[in-house]
Formats: sequence, structure tokens, C-alpha cells
Amino acid sequence: MNPTALVEIRRVSLSFVAVQALRDIDLFINQGDIHALVGENGAGKSTLGKVISGIERPDDGDLLINGELRQYTHPRDALRDGITTITQEIALLNNQSVLHNVLLGQEICRAGVLQRGRMLAEFERLVELTGFSLDPDEKVGNLHMADQRKVEVLQAVARDSRLIIMDEPTAMLADDETRVFLDIVRNLQRSGHTIIYISHFLEEVLELADVVTVMRNGRIVRTAPTAEETTHSLVEAMLGRSMLEMYPTRQAPAPDAAVLLEVRGLEAQGLGRIDLQLRAGEITGLAGLVGSGRSRLARTLFGALERDAGEILVRGEAVQLNSTSDAIQAGVFMLPESRKEQGLLLKQSIRSNLSLPHMDSVVGRVGVISRTRESNRIGQLLKLLNVVPPEPRLIVNRLSGGNQQKVLFGKWLFEQPTVFIVDEPTRGIDIGARRAIYELVVELAAQGVAILLISSEIEEIIGLAHRSLVMRLGSIVAEIEAGEDGRLDEQAIMQAAFGAETLQRAAAGGEAT
Amino acid sequence: MTQQTSAGRERSARTISAFLLDYGIIIAVFLLYIVLSLQTDAFFSIRNQLNILDQAHQIGLIAVAATVVIIAGGFDLSTGAIFAMSGVIAAMVARDLGAHEEFATAAPWLGWTAGLIAGTLLGLLNGVLVTFFRINTFVATLSSGIVFRGFALLITEAEMVRVSDRAFRELARGSILDVRHTIFIWLGFAVALSFILFRTRFGRYIFAAGDNPEAARLSGINVNLVRTITFGISGLAAGMAGVLSASKFLKAQNDSGQGLELISIAAVVIGGTSIMGGEGAVWRTVLGVMLLRLIENGFNLMNVEPFYQDIFQGLIILLAVALDALRHRRS
Repeated sequence: MNPTALVEIRRVSLSFVAVQALRDIDLFINQGDIHALVGENGAGKSTLGKVISGIERPDDGDLLINGELRQYTHPRDALRDGITTITQEIALLNNQSVLHNVLLGQEICRAGVLQRGRMLAEFERLVELTGFSLDPDEKVGNLHMADQRKVEVLQAVARDSRLIIMDEPTAMLADDETRVFLDIVRNLQRSGHTIIYISHFLEEVLELADVVTVMRNGRIVRTAPTAEETTHSLVEAMLGRSMLEMYPTRQAPAPDAAVLLEVRGLEAQGLGRIDLQLRAGEITGLAGLVGSGRSRLARTLFGALERDAGEILVRGEAVQLNSTSDAIQAGVFMLPESRKEQGLLLKQSIRSNLSLPHMDSVVGRVGVISRTRESNRIGQLLKLLNVVPPEPRLIVNRLSGGNQQKVLFGKWLFEQPTVFIVDEPTRGIDIGARRAIYELVVELAAQGVAILLISSEIEEIIGLAHRSLVMRLGSIVAEIEAGEDGRLDEQAIMQAAFGAETLQRAAAGGEAT
Repeated sequence: MTQQTSAGRERSARTISAFLLDYGIIIAVFLLYIVLSLQTDAFFSIRNQLNILDQAHQIGLIAVAATVVIIAGGFDLSTGAIFAMSGVIAAMVARDLGAHEEFATAAPWLGWTAGLIAGTLLGLLNGVLVTFFRINTFVATLSSGIVFRGFALLITEAEMVRVSDRAFRELARGSILDVRHTIFIWLGFAVALSFILFRTRFGRYIFAAGDNPEAARLSGINVNLVRTITFGISGLAAGMAGVLSASKFLKAQNDSGQGLELISIAAVVIGGTSIMGGEGAVWRTVLGVMLLRLIENGFNLMNVEPFYQDIFQGLIILLAVALDALRHRRS
């Protein structure tokens, strides 16, 4: 047995209703290490974290903390052993002060009355230990995300944590806030804490962690010192296959391809005069900063927002897109940016979600659903999308994020689109599902669909789009065509998106709109 | 080894509790049947069973429709008032037309129809308040209910409306093979709504509207229209119940049906349809209604003081809501 192991896991397995989440896991977490867990969504890394912190109980296997066998039945059992968790969503009392949040559950009282002086002294001690500077009386709700993360870390330290499990702690942070947070983690390590760091961001992991464990399908692929890994080697291990190219090869659209969507002089609230054309078989990127009006334009084209003026032509014919059902009728579909708020019916089955926009094609004259017609099409779709598990009656809530996104995508393939607007099609999903969605986008274009691709990830636009429009302050400010090498110029897109005069301010961290 | 079996036992305990949460209502109704059959001789007779079903028709009609409203994300607190209004209108039309010779034979039919139309229109009006004017569904239907009752008072001038034509009684009192029309009507209505919910496009839209209205809208669904129609269905159901009541007693008055809205919603919740919307089933509500009726019937047969009934019913409603909360925490 390893003498420095703070956590030892032996043959741990755990299964949920539809999936086996962990299979025969053996793992050592050494005292004082930053130990990263990486893997696709659904690989089991969060579940493993939850087993260690007492949120999930394994079906089988042993958990040893400091060499002693533990069977946690509640997170507070783990807390007693000095194990705390920091999750993706910040979990603090927003209307309370920093001080009260940090010492939540650890208040210092005499006869039930809070001893503010002693609590402040304790707060100072913690601040010194970690090297943060925070105003103890500030309301947590007024702080930046990075500072709220500091409060969470202080809270963990105040609870005498030896081991802090961090599950996607930077997913909600901006770049500069992430920098600050990584320093926080390093400080924690220096003050003697052990950290389990679960993240999608491989660069972060390589920079920060001492050891990295790669998981796939509920199993551990390997555990190795970070120094021996690269982004490439990690991705390969996560996917289980070599990933030569993230983006599939695309066909160039025919030079005389028909214009499927034409917009002339479109005006709407928050949008300047918009003119654009989308051609059959062409993937048109729509770049721009958050708040530049990309989603607003998408929603206006889809009939979900009102427009004040302008003409929209589909296949050369003027159409009135006054509602989303008008747009769907005209073959203009839109994949919304937020899967949970705008996209899916989380309490309904995969089947109900997939056929929802196209019920007309599966019902008879009086609106009664033809089950066979519906099931046939859904069977085909599930195969095409490779949703796991391919069970039409499963409630969508039970699926992993990547599979949910596939269902959301599939909703708009139930019938062939003419124009398909995809708004952030791969937000928050793992590499495998991402690749699958890229393939679908390219395949649809090859079938002659006109695609408008909105993305905040510039690589995604460069990797997929044939040309790109750039929006800034509600107007289209540039149209970038592919260069001689067939690729879009990243620099040109960025410059147009920020605008020359605001470039400096944006680089300094603010948002340019 | 011991660890494995204890973990296994615990897992099956979890599955069992999940099953109980989802299907507890079936077990509860079943147990109640057994207990009541053993306790009293009068309970398990066809006559008493038909009696229970007949007595359940008011709450049954309204609760079954309330299920649809709740699944679509709304609440209807005006059904008691619509009940009164429809009954009064049916009775007045039957009475007044019955006085004219040329309408005399058609008068009962015209009365019943007028009541149903009135109920449906009032329900649709609720729908417009909630969707077009975007008034919160509790507040909208609470206040519209007060207004409807006010109008019922106005048109009746607080007088009982009596119908003298005995043919008007036929709808509620008539029977086919000893089974009252009321039973066919409310169970038929339940079957129809169940079919609409699970087999039709409109049913899918109802679930979608309650689950995630924004996602539904972005899927091309007119959510406001869907919600408005569900309120119309609720109004129709309350209207039917009101008309049946007027028919049964050959009279109607402005203050009848008080509290029907709440007991109906309680039946929906007891059945296990989530008050959060987007989930639920009509069969659940039918069982919820039956549970309430069985308790009342059983307590009567056993000569238990009525206030114990109230306490017991209240506790059951509380239990049902707590189970709903538990179910949501679990997922």
C-alpha cells in the first residue's frame, strides 16, 4: 500500500438506472497533489468525485481515507474527514456577507450570540493562510465570479479541509477570472491541501495538475504524471481513438448554388439594417462578441422576435415569418443557444422532444398521432444521431449533456431543413458529441441545406464555415471569405468583431458592447 | 461480500421507494377497497359502487379537466363559480323557453346546451386573461371567479331558479342498464381527455407548454392558444357539472359549487400529477377522485363524525403534496 495516499479507491463500481457509471475503479490520490480527472461527459469523473465526497454511495468496492476504510452515507460524513466539494455552479448565500458565507456552519458564538470580533480574527487567519484579499462585509452577490470562488475556497479552508474536490470550477469564469482562480488553487496546494481537479479544459489541467487520470466509459484509462502528457495524448486517451482532425472535411458549395435565404433591409429592435444571403450547401459563420446581436438576428429570422422592416425571401419567394411556426413551415429552422432554457422539454421523452416541431407530419387529419409513422422516423434519427441509450421513451433529463444536445439537434432533422440556423451548437458538450455534431452540420450542407453557424468559439467557425459574417453592435460589419488556403483568417474576424477602436479595451478584459 | 449485499439491498430499497412514489395512489385505492370491504357489508355491493361513481361526477369532471390545465402550466380557481353560473343559465333557459309552447319540447336540451356553452366561454375568457393579458393564473382565475359569481347573483337576483319541466331531470337522473348518465359522462370525459393527452398532437403541445413554454414556442407551438384551450376545457367541465347539478335537482342557485375548485385540484394532486406542470395523467386524477369519495363513503357507512373526514382528507392532501416534493428532489 502506498504510504502517501490520502485517498485510496479499490474496485469501486456504481450504476444508475440506465448506465453503469463506474466500473472497477482503482485509484490513489497522493497527499499534497493536484490530481486532475479528465474525460468526456458521462465518462464518470464527476461521479467518482461524488463517491469520494459522500454524495453517491458505490454499489461495490472500498474507499479508504488515510488508510482507513470509510462508508459515507452523507456528505457531512466526508466533511468530518476534511473533504469538501466546489462545483461548477457557485453555491453561496448571495444576500449575506463574505464573512457569514465563509464561516457558514462554523459560526463562533457565545450563548448563541455571534462573536463578531472572534469571527473576524478567524477570517483574517484564513485570509493569511490563503493569501486572498476580500472585504468581509461585502455582500457576496456584489462580487465578481472569481471572488465568489475565493469565498467558496475560504469556506472550504475554514472547514478544515484536507481534500478539496473541484468539479469544473472554471466553467462559468471568464478568461482573466480563470487566471486568478488557478493561482488560488496553487496557493491552496502550497498551504498543504490536496486537490482533485475535474475539468474539461485540458490546457488548464496540464498547467496546473501534478497527476492526471483519464477516464472513459466509467473506467480509468490511465493515470500519469502531467509532465508526460500533452493535449493530444489526453484527447486520444479520452476518445479511445486517434483524433487527427477535429473537424470533418467539407465540400465547397457549387459556384452557382441557389440562394436559399435572402434578407433585404431587415430592421428590428437592437439590430441595424441587415442584408444577407445564404446559399445552398454553404456553411456561413456568424461571428461576433456576446451581445453583438447574433442571437437576436437568428431569433428574428426564425420569427421568434418581431421585425420592424425588411423583406425575407426563402428560395426566392417573399415569406412572412411572423411566428416560429411560419418559419418552420417555410423550412427555416433554428437550434437555440440554450439547451435547457430554450431547447428541450426536460420532463418529456426523447420521442416527444424529437417530433415536437414536426407533429404535422406524424398526425392524421384530426390530430391523432400515428405511432408507427412517428416511431419509424425516430428510430432512423436515433441511429443517425447515435444517442446513447437509443431508447425513445427515456426522459431527456436522464441523458448526458452531449446526448441531450444530439436530441436537440435531431429535433430539427425530423424533417429536412431548407435553411438551418445553429446558435452555439456545441456549447458545454464533450469532444465526442462535438465531433458528431460537426459531422452532422457538414453532412447537411453537403445535402444542400444553407447553414448559418453562430459560435463564440472562433476555431469552430474557422473549422466549419466556408465564409463568415461578423456582427458588432447589432450590424453586420464584415464578410470574410476564405483565403487561398481555403481557410478563414482568424485575425480578420477578431478585428472586425472588436472594432479597431475598442480592441484595446476588450483586450483589457471588458466586453466590447 | 457483506458490503456488496448491503449495497444491493439498499439499491432495491431505492427502487421500491421510487415505485411507491410513482404508483402509491394505486396501492392506496386498492388498500382502501380491501379495508372498506372487510369493515362494512354495505360497501362492496354493485349498488354502493355505482352510488360512489355517481357521487363522484362533479369533482370528477372538474378534476379531470384541471389535470389538463395543470399539465399545461396553469391553475383554474374559478371552476366553482363557473359551475354556479352554468347551472343557473341552464335552468333559466330551460325555465323561460319552457314557458313558450313552440319551444316546450326542446327547452331542456336548449337549457343543457346553453349551460355548456356558457361554461366553455367563461373558461376561454380565463384563458385570454392568463395568456393575452399575462395575468398570473392564480390571481386571474381567483378574481374572474368572484366576478362570475357576482354575475350569477345579478341575473338570479339571489333567487333560486326552478325548472318545472320534469324532462329537464333526464340528463342527470336518467340511466342506461341501471347505470346513471352521470357516470358515463364523467368517465367518458376522462377517457376522452386521456386520449387527447397521450394520442394527439394537441396533447403533446399541452405537455410542452407546461414543461418549457419557451422551448415550445421555439418549436413552432402557439403556447398561448394551447393554454387558452385548456382553460376552455376546464370551463366546459365545470359547465357540465353545473348543468348536471341543475338537472338533478331541477333548480340552480348563484352560490352553489363553493369550494369545488379546491377539492378538484386536491384530487389532481392526490393522484400524483405534479403541480409544477409538464407531467401527469388523467387516470391518476380519476383514482385521486375515487380516493376522496371512498373515504367519504366509508366514513359514512361506518358512522364516523364528519369532522374527522375533513381532518383525514386534509392530511391525505398534505401527504400527496409532500410526496410530489420528494419526487422532484429525487430527480
